[in-house]
Amino acid sequence: MSVPRRWRRPPLLIANPVLRYSVYGGVLVYLVLAISSVEVNWTRIYEGLDRGLRFIEGFLVPDFTTRSRDIWLGMVESLTMTVTSTVAGILISIPVGIGAARNIAPMPVYAVCRALIAVSRSFQEIIIAILFVAMFGFGPLAGFLTLSFATIGFLSKLLAEDIEEIDESQAEAIRATGAGWWQVINYGVQPQVMPRLLGLSLYRLDINFRESAVIGIVGAGGIGATLNTSMDRYDYDTAGAILILIIVIVMLSEYGSSQLRKRVQ
Amino acid sequence: MLRVEGLTKRYKAGDHALKGVSFTVEPGQVVGLIGPSGAGKSTLIRCVNRLVDPTAGKVFLNDAEITSGAGDLRRVRRRIGMIFQEYALVERLTVMENVLSGRLGYVSFWRSFFRRFPAGDIEQAFRLLDRVGLTEHADKRADALSGGQRQRVGIARALEQNPELLLIDEPTASLDPKTSRQIMRLIVEICRESNLPAIINIHDVALAQMFVDRIIGLRAGEVVFDDVPSRLDNAALTAIYGEEDWAAMRKTAEDDAEDDAEATQARIERMAGLV
Repeated sequence: MSVPRRWRRPPLLIANPVLRYSVYGGVLVYLVLAISSVEVNWTRIYEGLDRGLRFIEGFLVPDFTTRSRDIWLGMVESLTMTVTSTVAGILISIPVGIGAARNIAPMPVYAVCRALIAVSRSFQEIIIAILFVAMFGFGPLAGFLTLSFATIGFLSKLLAEDIEEIDESQAEAIRATGAGWWQVINYGVQPQVMPRLLGLSLYRLDINFRESAVIGIVGAGGIGATLNTSMDRYDYDTAGAILILIIVIVMLSEYGSSQLRKRVQ
Repeated sequence: MLRVEGLTKRYKAGDHALKGVSFTVEPGQVVGLIGPSGAGKSTLIRCVNRLVDPTAGKVFLNDAEITSGAGDLRRVRRRIGMIFQEYALVERLTVMENVLSGRLGYVSFWRSFFRRFPAGDIEQAFRLLDRVGLTEHADKRADALSGGQRQRVGIARALEQNPELLLIDEPTASLDPKTSRQIMRLIVEICRESNLPAIINIHDVALAQMFVDRIIGLRAGEVVFDDVPSRLDNAALTAIYGEEDWAAMRKTAEDDAEDDAEATQARIERMAGLV
């Protein structure tokens, strides 16, 4: 019996070779054109380097003392915002996430929860913050609401996906004992998704702290507001101090959450 | 006693999994259900405890019909213990929690949520763990046990329901030959002790013949053999599985490519119906 001696993997996406290579060519041409359309103004880059240098100088000699009170207040506000919004976000995310899991939620509930998640995820934190600042004024309330809202989109989506990937047979076995819907969730689903839910919650705590620094810049309170003020005043020493503090706190929480996650596997 | 009358299941995708299956299982009788992959074995036992809803036909458990739509699912399911392929224990719960989950059909949500089961249930759970030889493992997580031990927990969970019937889906599919025999022996002993009828869905024909009282052969959703194991000759095996050199192949009924299509079908429906 004669068998072929040549074999090639069939193309994954576009079967027609002419079409395939013209699509590749088109993408390449577009990239070249797009990159060349970005205007580079070398004099401005040169001047900018100078400012950047001053910034780095300030960063190297951070000033923690002059504005220590502002920094302290900003930090406390940011941390409060972070913790409260993460807790509120988790509490809302759990029912939404359960509702958004196709394998356990009835269709209408699923649709509503998925829509909520889509809305929450389609806007970046800053845009939501601008909206909430416009609605409720400057300050941490707007920040709290922003971060809670963003947490819902993040956590519910990942929780729902985790629930959709559970080992069905474990849930089926619980169902077969005559357990009610809530008991199936509590016995058959929860133990399977708990470690990941905990890990994601801790991860979201990290993210919320970092975001709290960013949304402060658009007026949602916290350390971001302090940072923004010091930048406006060309007070780069204080800004440097704030950035260092943010880095330290993020690293600490990262370390803490990874330690905790190791324990709950 | 279990009586199945004209049980029919047609999946939404069009597969005709069961075509009017009828039989009766007497108290204490252990029935082995054999047949090729996709013959409807898995669907059949899932129609009995209504993890899958049959299209037509009736099932009576101790003379009470359990297929009628109006009946409370929870009340039906808690009367029927089920033992699963690959154990289907909740891996991250303790052995005790897994056994006690057999009482979920009887206790309220809050009681089960706080793990405050009635003293009688706990006492029975400890007795069962002792019966299957796992008392000292009660507080271990289920995923810390070996395959044979896990299946014993599965058996204890089913018995914790005080069932009137046991449904057993490929109990030995992932166990070694020795453990398989031990598990089969345990199941048969328990059914004898409590005069419990059981249906065992099984691929290993030789193992089935060794332990069960009666064999039902299913092919393409129809009963093609129903008799004592000693009557299962080569002609009967050909009727069930199709032409094969049975004299030589007697022991290789083990089919790793499980009832894939059938199981997937059932799962899709279960997910959609969610009951």
